[in-house]
Amino acid sequence: MDLSSINPIVLIASMMAAATPILLAATGELICEKSGVLNLGVEGMMITGAVCGFVVAAGTGNPWLGFAFAALAALAISLIFGIITQVLMANQVATGLGLTLFGLGLSALIGQGYQGVRPPRVPRIEIPYLSDIPVLGRILFSHDPMVHISLLLVVAVWVFLKFTRAGLILRAVGENHHAAHALGYRVVRVRLMAIAFGGAMAGLGGAYLSLVRVPQWTEGMTAGAGWIALALVVFAAWRPWRLLLGAYLFGGIVVLQLNLQAAGVRIPVEYLAMSPYLITILVLVIISSSRGRNALNAPGSLNRTYHASQ
Amino acid sequence: MIRLERRPAPSRFWTAATPVLAVLLTMLAGGLMFALLGKDPVAAIRIIFWDPLFNPQFASYSRPQLLVKAGPLILIAVGLSFGFRANIWNIGAEGQYIIGALCGAGVALAFYPLEAWFIFPLMVLAGALGGWAWAMIPAILKTRFNTNEILVSLLLVYVAERLLAALAMGRMRNPEGGGFPGSRNIANYPSASNTELIANTGMHWGVVTAFIAVIFGYILLHRHILGYHVQLAGQAPRAARFAGVNPDRLVMFCLGLAGLLAGLAGMFEVAGPAGRINIDFGSGYGFTAIIVAFLGRLHPIGILLAGLLLGLTYIGGELAQMMLGLPSAAIQAFQGMLLFFLLALDMLSNYRIRLKPREVA
Repeated sequence: MDLSSINPIVLIASMMAAATPILLAATGELICEKSGVLNLGVEGMMITGAVCGFVVAAGTGNPWLGFAFAALAALAISLIFGIITQVLMANQVATGLGLTLFGLGLSALIGQGYQGVRPPRVPRIEIPYLSDIPVLGRILFSHDPMVHISLLLVVAVWVFLKFTRAGLILRAVGENHHAAHALGYRVVRVRLMAIAFGGAMAGLGGAYLSLVRVPQWTEGMTAGAGWIALALVVFAAWRPWRLLLGAYLFGGIVVLQLNLQAAGVRIPVEYLAMSPYLITILVLVIISSSRGRNALNAPGSLNRTYHASQ
Repeated sequence: MIRLERRPAPSRFWTAATPVLAVLLTMLAGGLMFALLGKDPVAAIRIIFWDPLFNPQFASYSRPQLLVKAGPLILIAVGLSFGFRANIWNIGAEGQYIIGALCGAGVALAFYPLEAWFIFPLMVLAGALGGWAWAMIPAILKTRFNTNEILVSLLLVYVAERLLAALAMGRMRNPEGGGFPGSRNIANYPSASNTELIANTGMHWGVVTAFIAVIFGYILLHRHILGYHVQLAGQAPRAARFAGVNPDRLVMFCLGLAGLLAGLAGMFEVAGPAGRINIDFGSGYGFTAIIVAFLGRLHPIGILLAGLLLGLTYIGGELAQMMLGLPSAAIQAFQGMLLFFLLALDMLSNYRIRLKPREVA
């Protein structure tokens, strides 16, 4: 075992890349849950995004078209969830599960014939001077643009929720849908938009996996990333900055685990591969056992079905 | 303008009619999907739903398969239905199924090649206990630390899959297998094998257990105080508290029961139809069982019928794969669609559609 082969600077840089897909998906789910909707279909939307982005990018040779199409495809299937839960008022947990099962099946269907195909490369952006700064340059400015876009999106979501009128309406709908309705806000419309945003973000996260992170298409390649994104929203207590922290911590664990595998630690690979899931569970336990502000921070109408006639 | 008016109680007619309607709509939408894939939709639907049972060429092989596929689905779904009724969401049955199989197989492999009557019963016990214990993790975390059982039970599926892979390639690998992953064949080990009880029916101990679970589930749900508590906690959680239902004990019971039955299903599968522990042992029964539970309206008799129907789609899917070159994933998408239609149509049993002039908001 040779731990000295693990370079901390490279580790931090690759941690950011490892965190990006779940960060994207979790940011979308954060908005969705802030509007009072629990969408358990993140995994299904992510993998739909992964396969659609891959197919389009491999077909056109343009990864950016792939990302755009991934967001659109995941948005489209998130609206199935939206219509069933918001218009037809079905149970959100069951419908979200259905979305995951459907997405996994659909993606395997679309992706057959694409196994082993290599997608076009997403270029890294080397920013003159900034990328040359000794440590920070390597950590912050040697990534593909999606890493920076994901960071900007977190900031944008924070600004939206905290400083805009629309963000306030979204939060009102999520905290108490009857009160929001009485104030004249269109609860169902707001929620459908939040679900669509969540879908598009999950699609981007999935496409990041298949186009940058892996980069390949294999069946079931998200391997629970969507569920980890859901756990991350709980960990973050529905706050964007903590989401960022959580995602990077998690990315660090994944990368460290991969590095340990490569360094030849005498633990079977399968046991190391369990660690991200086990640590996610552990973190969930720690967060949920502190019955303080964290639990109170959950949106008041989360996972409640809304019917306007009352 | 169309308005939806909440019914005071769910319509009994629509509660029974929606699953049938959902199946028909899924066939239509599935046919459309197959047509988009460039296959003949009518032929595909016939191959999936009709040929496995009635085609003279395939029926002799595929008819027994129906019980083999439906058995684990029914067994798992009966367990899940109690939790779903009480708003306790165990979606990690796949993990409990895998752990049950690992425990059952572990007992068999430990005794190999001893021949004794007690090995099979011991395996049953180990499988049930293993699934139960795996389900107790989210249960205890939920009751002790208030941790979300949906996420924990699901994340544990991935842990169980890694454990399965580690054991199939490590401790449980067949020493005479020439280095290939996978355990000894348990189905060929007489004291441990879960044999077909009646020739050419597919009836094995797992299917018998599934039928017993249906009867037991029916009695528990409709004739026992625990079933009443489960229903009460689901429909009126506050009333249940005042009635003295202990929510923590209910969580333990619902998750434990589901884990126990899923563990049994896994154990019977590994000792019979699957035959051995291998990397690809987890076949998604734990997830399909969720659809079975909903399609069966969380009612044991309904689950029996729904399990048979989804078992049929598994066999039909394999047949369509062979005959039409339809990808295996198509069936998974098909099953997902079924759940969508079912949940969407549920609106009809809970709401009345009224046409009314638009009111002033």
